Amino acid sequence: MLELKGVSRHFGGVRAVDGFDLRVNQGQIFGLIGPNGSGKSTTVNLITGLFPLTSGVISFKNRDLGRMPTHLRLQSGIARTFQNIRLFGQLTVWQNLWVAQNSPEDQARHGFFPRWLGGQRGVRGEIAQLLEFSGLAHKAEELAANLAFGEQRRLELARAMAAKPALLLLDEPAAGMNSEEIGQLRDRILKLRERGVTILLVEHVMELVMGVTDRIAVLNFGQKIAEGTPAEIQSDAGVRKAYLGGEAA
Amino acid sequence: MDFYFGLAQLIGVHTLLGLSAYIVLLTGQVSLAQAAFYAIGAYVAGMLTVLGGWHLVPALGVSALAGAAIACAVGFPALRVKGLMLVIATLAFGEGVRLIFFNFDYQIAKGDVKVGPLGGEGFRQIRFFPENGWSTAEVMLFIWAFVILVMALLWWFDRSRYGSVLRAVGEDELAAQSVGINLTAVKVSAMTVGGGIAGIAGALYAHYTTHIEHSSFNVLVATFAIAYPIVGGLQNVFGTLLAVIFVQGFLIEGLRDLGDWRNLLFGALIVLAMNLRPRGFFGGRRRA
Repeated sequence: MLELKGVSRHFGGVRAVDGFDLRVNQGQIFGLIGPNGSGKSTTVNLITGLFPLTSGVISFKNRDLGRMPTHLRLQSGIARTFQNIRLFGQLTVWQNLWVAQNSPEDQARHGFFPRWLGGQRGVRGEIAQLLEFSGLAHKAEELAANLAFGEQRRLELARAMAAKPALLLLDEPAAGMNSEEIGQLRDRILKLRERGVTILLVEHVMELVMGVTDRIAVLNFGQKIAEGTPAEIQSDAGVRKAYLGGEAA
Repeated sequence: MDFYFGLAQLIGVHTLLGLSAYIVLLTGQVSLAQAAFYAIGAYVAGMLTVLGGWHLVPALGVSALAGAAIACAVGFPALRVKGLMLVIATLAFGEGVRLIFFNFDYQIAKGDVKVGPLGGEGFRQIRFFPENGWSTAEVMLFIWAFVILVMALLWWFDRSRYGSVLRAVGEDELAAQSVGINLTAVKVSAMTVGGGIAGIAGALYAHYTTHIEHSSFNVLVATFAIAYPIVGGLQNVFGTLLAVIFVQGFLIEGLRDLGDWRNLLFGALIVLAMNLRPRGFFGGRRRA
């Protein structure tokens, strides 16, 4: 479904991502781990087109994304969340989801006029479902800036889902969460997989990554140093040395 | 009484000018080009009624379209830059348009007088209202009909998905494009609507003053255009109206008796207003 071939991104002399190959199959939950500054977030930004590639090819559903702008990548089915939460703080929870309904299906369903200038009636049901899914139904009219941290994280996930993506890129969704919240997040991620969403999970919290992923790639200094099942990664000596615990046996 | 009707006319036209900047500011863009669209509207409508003998209402429509079309054309290149660069780019455009009108001569003979724009002398005798016997009160009501129409339009935008999208772009462009919003289309559309509103404002201005010249559209006017919605706040369209009443009605007219002290107090009161209501008159005390 998603394929990276020799993807590189250099910032001046810094090789943030260097010759990265990755293949994520339909329906997988794929983990991407690595120390701070190893190029994980840069990879997400490259896939969503926020940065241009220095070299390499990214293809999605067997189509080269080339220089496709970010908003069209979303419309083709790639949604994301941000490591440092980026909600529209002065919009309500409800409006945050409303503005994110940009899938081709949504664009086709209403005419131009009702879609842009119509009221809130036609779309209520779908947004109510998203609010239900993220446990925010009682906060629908609250400004996003006034939500608690955990609620903001949930809203970000719901906002990404509002675009009905085929591929969801989660950039450290568990950062700053307690273990109860991490448990709820795990349940949500598994529910999304049941709905057929493919997920690339960039994460530091091993408890989450090892529990939900089918396959994991490890980045270090912009290069892939290992790839395999969670069990294989946990027993990989190189990974342990670079990242997991330091005790290179 | 005519003094107050005249003031109400001025407040109405400046409210439209402020609203033309309001919708652009919602997307987080600071444009100093609004005075240029205002000038284009004024000259286009004046030429249509004076030289072409049109009725004012269709001339207003053409002014709105002219303002919108030029704003759309300017929007595409100008909105590639952001922040201060955009301020400078739109400032340059505004001054360019002003200088074009400074050098714009197009006079034709009507009876034994020549009418039409005459460069630095300006464009005199835009006499649609007096020729048709409109009283000051009628002119005021005519202007306010458009103010109410435009405020209603923008109020409706604010309630629609379009309004939320404008604000989303204004808050965080990176997040907005990541949820699938086409930044260029949204920003240019706001610029286009703003240009149309400024065109109407200019057309009304030209006809109630009857005499326009390049200096009626200078940087100071462009600054006022963005100052109104900033002082009034971007919560809703009434903030802009209130800011115009505050600035034009109170600070400029109300303090006229103070002579030179007015200018000093003017600045001090603007600073005070911004400190007491940093998020505008309707800003409340919400978290930023």
